[in-house]
Amino acid sequence: MAKKEMDNRFSKFGTVSFTAVTRVNDFIGYLEQGKLMGTKCKKCGLKFFPPRADCYKSLDSDMEWFEVSGTGKLLSFSTLTFAPTGFTQDLPYTIAVLDYGDYKVFGRVDSSIPDSELSVGMAMKAVVHPLPNDRMNYVFQKG
Amino acid sequence: MSKVGIIGVGQSKFVRAYPGSVRELVFEGFKEAMEDAKVTTKDIDATIVCSAPEYDKQRSPSGVFAEYLGLNPQPTFYVESLCSSSTTGLRLAYSLVKSGLHDMVMVLGFQKMSEISAAESQERMGRGTDIQWEAPFGTMMPAYYAMFAKGHMAQYGTTPEDLALVRIKASTYGILNDRAMNRKVLDMDAFKAPAPLAGILSTPLRVGDCCNNADGSSCVIVANEEKAKAFSKKPVWIKGLGSATAAVNMAGRETFYSLPAAAEAARQAYGMAGMKPGDINVAEVHDCFTIAEILAYEALGFAKPGEGPALIRAKETYKEGRIPVNVDGGLLSKGHPVGATGGSQVRTIVLQLRGEAGDIQVKDPAIGLVHNVGGVGLYANVTILGRE
Repeated sequence: MAKKEMDNRFSKFGTVSFTAVTRVNDFIGYLEQGKLMGTKCKKCGLKFFPPRADCYKSLDSDMEWFEVSGTGKLLSFSTLTFAPTGFTQDLPYTIAVLDYGDYKVFGRVDSSIPDSELSVGMAMKAVVHPLPNDRMNYVFQKG
Repeated sequence: MSKVGIIGVGQSKFVRAYPGSVRELVFEGFKEAMEDAKVTTKDIDATIVCSAPEYDKQRSPSGVFAEYLGLNPQPTFYVESLCSSSTTGLRLAYSLVKSGLHDMVMVLGFQKMSEISAAESQERMGRGTDIQWEAPFGTMMPAYYAMFAKGHMAQYGTTPEDLALVRIKASTYGILNDRAMNRKVLDMDAFKAPAPLAGILSTPLRVGDCCNNADGSSCVIVANEEKAKAFSKKPVWIKGLGSATAAVNMAGRETFYSLPAAAEAARQAYGMAGMKPGDINVAEVHDCFTIAEILAYEALGFAKPGEGPALIRAKETYKEGRIPVNVDGGLLSKGHPVGATGGSQVRTIVLQLRGEAGDIQVKDPAIGLVHNVGGVGLYANVTILGRE
């Protein structure tokens, strides 16, 4: 009997992934289609980003995917000049949070945008970003 | 209502690299607390061991310490809430004693961080946040707190000079604390390039805005009212305990200019103690970064939201000020051996309330407060202690 293959697509997320298997592995499938997706509880309508497989409110796991679209407001950011193990080759890089209203998104700012061009409150959009070695993440660009 | 008291406190020196094993490191805090409380190991009914396990090579260290410290056959167990582990241990010790299950409980905190590199330790600390959704972007503690510094600056106009004032205050007292790792007085020149502390680590935080990893241990002995009075001439009483949490993922936070878990823990502790911020005579707050001390002033009600920087500018948190904060040098001077830090903060306040704090003694304090935060405001414990 053939051994059932484990769906470990999440191991492709980011520069270094610390998680291989999750019940929201389709997140990576959507990234590969160029879409950044969150989940929404079909029962109560609560939206989750990052996506969740389970809704703590409805105690239900029947979720549907929605696309993160439009622009969000830059809530805060920081540019790192020292990195943890595994990320040194990416330096310098900027982490940030965007507020989309119903949900917020944590991620990286597009490396072409210098720290000096960022300000809290500015509009930005999240776009899917391919990384070397068939890896994926998403970055924020000016909205 | 019976009271729960603290009858013994101890800590090791906090150092960059302890020349011994973890059981030997823990012995140092233990010895001081045992001598302080004048108890024997037979008097200790249970021991709670507190650390952040990602740094430990020894699995399940509680059993190792129980044997090494002569605490068999009494029960022992391990608890962690990142950097707030040992005040979480204190909260558990309070409930074990208050319930009547035990008469006397020891809280041992420790961390030996020197066995891994700075970059490795940042990676492990980063894994104290959301490893599934955030760590793949290359996160670390200074970068997270930097986002809160940036948020506070954008919301309230806080400046890098305000942050430097916190470190300068810390250095004023670090030199007086023989357990502290950093014992050099700093002024604003230390934050001017090319000084090493002026180097940017993660905008807007500089090297000087961050505390250092350290090796260290702490120990707090808690007893019921009867035993506390029997063993101690000056027991210090636990008046209020607050503990709260906030979203681990930054996408779950409402703002980047306050830590809601700390404000909630403070609300609970003040409520239990029947006190308000103005009743506090001396405080220890979790200044893992300079911005964290300013956030603490505001979370604890020592300053209104946005007015934390004014408090440090006016030197109100110096020893002679309206509300002395971190007059032992804080984490910024002492170093931050994660699991030992809360116990060290408690030790400082206990010594202050007993009038035994030496060069850093605040004038006749009756009520003290400890604010100990784990992660990026993920966990927060606020403890109010009193002489009466």
